[in-house]
Amino acid sequence: MTESARAPRPRIGVVTFPGSNDDRDAVHAFGLLGADARLVWHAEEELPRLDAVVLPGGFSYGDYLRCGAIARFAPVMHAVADFAADGGPVLGICNGFQVLCEAGLLPGVLRPNASLSFVCRDVPLRVENARTPFTTRCEAGQRLVISVKHGEGCWTYPEDELEALEASGQIVLRYEPEANPNGSLADVAGVVNAAGNVMGLMPHPEHAVDPLLGSPDGCLILGSLVDAARARMAVAA
Amino acid sequence: MRATVAVRPKPGILDPQGEAVRGSLKHLGFEVTETRVGRLVELELEATDPEAARREVERMCEQLLANPLIETFDIEIAT
Repeated sequence: MTESARAPRPRIGVVTFPGSNDDRDAVHAFGLLGADARLVWHAEEELPRLDAVVLPGGFSYGDYLRCGAIARFAPVMHAVADFAADGGPVLGICNGFQVLCEAGLLPGVLRPNASLSFVCRDVPLRVENARTPFTTRCEAGQRLVISVKHGEGCWTYPEDELEALEASGQIVLRYEPEANPNGSLADVAGVVNAAGNVMGLMPHPEHAVDPLLGSPDGCLILGSLVDAARARMAVAA
Repeated sequence: MRATVAVRPKPGILDPQGEAVRGSLKHLGFEVTETRVGRLVELELEATDPEAARREVERMCEQLLANPLIETFDIEIAT
């Protein structure tokens, strides 16, 4: 899995909020994929020099009020919003997706699963848009298997506005219809913002980077981001 | 001054929690046709003018206490 040591190692910051618990998994996964990944504490008001930012999974601030609702006010989030506004790639995984939605950086909101049960299993996904910085290593229509583990993954959005999102390619990943684990609208598993540089998804690609763990398909998502970060690094240099 | 904010799931938004509660009520023998579960937030405010307090609480709701995509809110101010 380890990629060529000669390729430049883009700097990827993974934010640790109080209650994040997949932050180190993400750092580990990006390390395998040839990035120089490091943790960024939520109380930082400025980001170090980074080529991509990741908001990891977990239960930031205990999911109080609504999941992600408190974390969006963490000091670091101003810097993350500025980074995104400057075109920097930002990926939110699970709780990170929830935070990005609450922060208004992504469309929609994540509500409790329709089953009201916490779901932890591998799910089959379909790549709807392979032209985002997060899916360039995928092909449109490709089937990926990546695990989910969440209680609040039911992506919700005004139904009459969904078509516009679909038309603009902002629906990036869907669950296979019979395998939707949370009742999300139109089986949506991952979305991207209108500018195309901020993405959120409920499945955990950082837990799918080794066949021993069931699937290496997460490498396609995270590896795409490493490529995008590397390209941004080259422009900045 | 005390403010009470009732946050409710928007009409038309599926409320699985409400459905689960309705199912349990039915199990107990209560006939309920619909159950919606929201959230109650009680606030103690330093403001002395009820109208100013209401405007401030509205801003709190818009910025944090409710998510307008899925929730509505009602504010009660008690002096």
